[in-house]
Amino acid sequence: MSAPASAPGTWGTRLAALAVILYAVVTIAPLLWIVQTGFKTPSDAIAYPPKVFAEPSLEGYVNLFTTRSRQTEEYIAGLPPPDSWVERLVRSRNMVIAGPSKVGERFVNSLIVGFGSTFLAVFLGTLAAYAFSRFRVPLKDDLMFFILSTRMMPPIAVAIPIYLMYRELGLTDTHLGMILLYTAVNVSLAVWLLKGFIDEIPREYEEAALIDGYSRLAAFRKVVLPQAATGIAATAIFCLIFAWNEYAFAVLLTSGEAQTMPPFIPFIIGEGGQDWPAVAAATTLFLIPIVVFTVLLRKHLLRGITFGAVRR
Amino acid sequence: MTETSTLHTLAARAGAATPPALAARVRGLSDRAIAWLFITPTVLLLLAINVFPLIWTVRLSFTNYRANRPDAPLRWLGLDNYTRILGDPDVWYAMQATAHFVVWSITLQVLLGFGLALLINRRFRGHGFWTTLILLPMMLSPAVVGNFWTFLFQPQTGLFNHVVAFVTGIDPGSFQMIGDVRLAPWAIVLVDTWMWTPYVMLICLAGLRSIPDDIYEAAEVDRAGPLRRFWSITLPMVLPFLMLAVLFRGIENFRMFDMVNLLTSGGPGSTTEVASITLKREAFEKWRTGYSSAFAVILFVTVFGLANIYVKALNAVRQR
Amino acid sequence: MAKAVTWMCGAAALALSAGAAQPALAQSKSLTLCWAAWDPANALVQLSKDFTTATGIGMKFEFVPWTSYADRFLNELNSKGKLCDLIIGDSQWIGGAAENGHYVKLNEFFEREGISMDDFMPATVVGYSQWPKNTPNYWALPAMGDAIGWTYRKDWFSRPEIRAAFRDKHGRDLEPPKTWTELKEVASFFQGREIDGKRVYGAYIYTERGSEGITMGVTNALYAHGFKYQDPDKPYAMDGFVNSPDAVKGLEAYKDLYKCCTAPGMTNAYMQEGLDAFKSGQVAMQMNFFAFFPGLHKDPNVGGDRIGFFVNPMETARGTQLGGQGISVVAYSDNRDEALQYIKWFAQPDVQKKWWALGGYSCHTAVLNDPDFPASAPFAADFLQSMSMVVDFWAEPSYASLLLDMQKRMHDYVVADKGTAKEALDLLIKDWTVVFEDDGKL
Repeated sequence: MSAPASAPGTWGTRLAALAVILYAVVTIAPLLWIVQTGFKTPSDAIAYPPKVFAEPSLEGYVNLFTTRSRQTEEYIAGLPPPDSWVERLVRSRNMVIAGPSKVGERFVNSLIVGFGSTFLAVFLGTLAAYAFSRFRVPLKDDLMFFILSTRMMPPIAVAIPIYLMYRELGLTDTHLGMILLYTAVNVSLAVWLLKGFIDEIPREYEEAALIDGYSRLAAFRKVVLPQAATGIAATAIFCLIFAWNEYAFAVLLTSGEAQTMPPFIPFIIGEGGQDWPAVAAATTLFLIPIVVFTVLLRKHLLRGITFGAVRR
Repeated sequence: MTETSTLHTLAARAGAATPPALAARVRGLSDRAIAWLFITPTVLLLLAINVFPLIWTVRLSFTNYRANRPDAPLRWLGLDNYTRILGDPDVWYAMQATAHFVVWSITLQVLLGFGLALLINRRFRGHGFWTTLILLPMMLSPAVVGNFWTFLFQPQTGLFNHVVAFVTGIDPGSFQMIGDVRLAPWAIVLVDTWMWTPYVMLICLAGLRSIPDDIYEAAEVDRAGPLRRFWSITLPMVLPFLMLAVLFRGIENFRMFDMVNLLTSGGPGSTTEVASITLKREAFEKWRTGYSSAFAVILFVTVFGLANIYVKALNAVRQR
Repeated sequence: MAKAVTWMCGAAALALSAGAAQPALAQSKSLTLCWAAWDPANALVQLSKDFTTATGIGMKFEFVPWTSYADRFLNELNSKGKLCDLIIGDSQWIGGAAENGHYVKLNEFFEREGISMDDFMPATVVGYSQWPKNTPNYWALPAMGDAIGWTYRKDWFSRPEIRAAFRDKHGRDLEPPKTWTELKEVASFFQGREIDGKRVYGAYIYTERGSEGITMGVTNALYAHGFKYQDPDKPYAMDGFVNSPDAVKGLEAYKDLYKCCTAPGMTNAYMQEGLDAFKSGQVAMQMNFFAFFPGLHKDPNVGGDRIGFFVNPMETARGTQLGGQGISVVAYSDNRDEALQYIKWFAQPDVQKKWWALGGYSCHTAVLNDPDFPASAPFAADFLQSMSMVVDFWAEPSYASLLLDMQKRMHDYVVADKGTAKEALDLLIKDWTVVFEDDGKL
């Protein structure tokens, strides 16, 4: 419990390191287990006792990307020889591939909705943040608080009217509807984070540009935006992660055309209940971008999760 | 590619999106006009997708409206929905389940998160790498997390049960984290703690790093022991940060839906039916729109009220 | 970070343009049919290929798991979605779907095309097609007859050493149970027994909480003990019927069976978990829908002569839970004519015969009244008998509220050990009364 200045070689520090590493291992074990389950066969995945070492298999991934139908052995014996290892794997389970699964469409939906809403939220957020940072806006504090409070509002408090509104406007199960919704949720975060970033850019740069004959807008575009690049990127990733992970509205407002991954993954089923290797495979693919982003973001994470309230 | 050129691209795109005539007009605008031009779209969007629906929710809460029967005659019920909700023992049960979940998950996260922050703050070699690993769970989708923990909690075949069995020696098939009335409330606390401890840790770490070294040096001169230093320096200095973390986690967990819905869907019975799940069932499975709107308003007011009281306390601590 | 921005902008532009391009894709004529993801759905995919061959109209399918089926498709209908052109909706949806205009009324179409409801088994017409019940207003064509039945391990039941042990214990031969009392005896006899070196369990029953599972299970015990939803002479009067002493006994019997004779961990189990348990040789008896029986009978491990079937046992009354669905045209569909064309095609006797052959339960009399039908499959006779004694849950427009109330009360009592059976049923009446009051029916 002493000051952080203790030397790196002391016993206390070594013990601390050991405890942290132990926690990290325990906390990451479930994730590794899921990733590994994606490479097991369905029977190994639900083996009793659980198999730590199992023959690796791509069946989960094959099942994730295909729909299959069960056929009799005689029927399969009568087919021309399989033209790929995928086909061979499926046939060894007495099944034939009936077509691709819907996972591809759902993944594309996640990308469309995620990037679309992120782009819009960051675009709107940058404009508003700049205005709040640089201009004297009447009721500035009230407006900023209002923007923040929309994020704190339980989504359930507005879910019912949004449902009704979308039904009337025909926005249910459309990409546009989901993009607008996620933009509205994210824009508050974007404004708060970006205002913090823009506040940190010295005003002198712009003022110099204004004196050089730039218009206010040109100064914004040519001076402020380049300086805020890192902040904008960090904000964008935060928005993207939210849209990527969101479940409650997605399950309520989408059914097929615009359904994203989170409401899809839990309901990947095989012949006997949930097809765990396929679910694990989907989970793994779904998590990879998040892991990459977490590593990219680690310096700005704190700021992002506290709406810029804590910066360092 | 450098940062500047990238941003030029971004700016160019943004510029290209504005029609030239408008752009020309905008260029000549006063600062004040630009400020409004920049802020208005955001405010309009929030009015349309947050404020307007909220007002609508309040309006619906006084009626018997049902979204699955839009043509049924609408009746004005006054405060009936509210009195019914507040008099319903099941609603109070859901509130208790929510309180249990919120209080215990946050307590555990604060203890673990603060502890971890103290340890990581010793800056051993490689602490950056291990910290990033620890942070991963909180970046994941709560729905996906809830879903795969059902797999880990399976009584015969789940990893969790086997790890517990390995450590304690009891039979892995002898307890059911999700199916048992006594254990299920702890199962959701456990998963939430797994997921969000890093959040508290990160904020506490920022608090620890904000303490100037010379305060400790002064304490050293005064011969204050480690325990004393913790109580009189570390804790008070970190407290505002910790309280901020508790505020954010409290709001999030009070409205918890996705993780719990996928992990236990409120079961067994209604043991883990937290308020949001009750609300979702009333609103979108039973389609009692008016009634559930009143419930939503009650929850909203509760969160808002508690958060306001809390923020006052937070400010008091900060000023100390 | 800088690269991320460029990449993000590019991707966003791509995403937006892809979003804009999306509607243009849905050009060629095709129908989307929505149903649950289970064996019969795969059979329907197979069958529908003939429709595409005959008409050139493509068929797309949206199948979702049972546990989210009602939730998701009722949401779809209530949001006036256009995802489904045709929907095979659950029997209890019919009231709401008819009154709220989600389904197209089929009377005129039936008349025009010469489709007669007399060609379908009466119980299925009432159950899947009519609203209000027992009036000639049709909202669906009976598509899939179904009810709850039981499977058992015929091979275990016929082993001499097991039979001898049973006779020693109970003084009678080991046979598929005829009453709930016998069911419990047989189940507890098998519970924990070692068979082929494996510990097995007595029975598998429904306990699922989230959608309709435990209700679909409990009602079988309730009906068998004389439970009634309401006073036959006074609609919606439930006191003394829902919570009659018989009903209390039925509910207690279900909980007894759950407590004594099921595998551990079955606290939230529905159809799929039952199939898994039975196929992996864990249980002696399984409650499940007839829809799965063709698949189970073909199973390489437990099928063939290893599996037997029996109808829901009686205690003081006869009854079994109705399953099954009719096929309806969604009112919001842009392809109404093609969808009706599909129903017309599906109603033909030849198609119905093929439907049964592929593993779907036809409701057509051309199939069911065929003298060869009872012998056409080992479960066919039991199916006919079950269909003659089916009882359905409420099919009121407020069925979802009624169902969720029952799910909660039953799960609280059976699985979560809250209160007594009488208390659970009393609370259920209280919940249901509120629903009917809100509807203005009380």
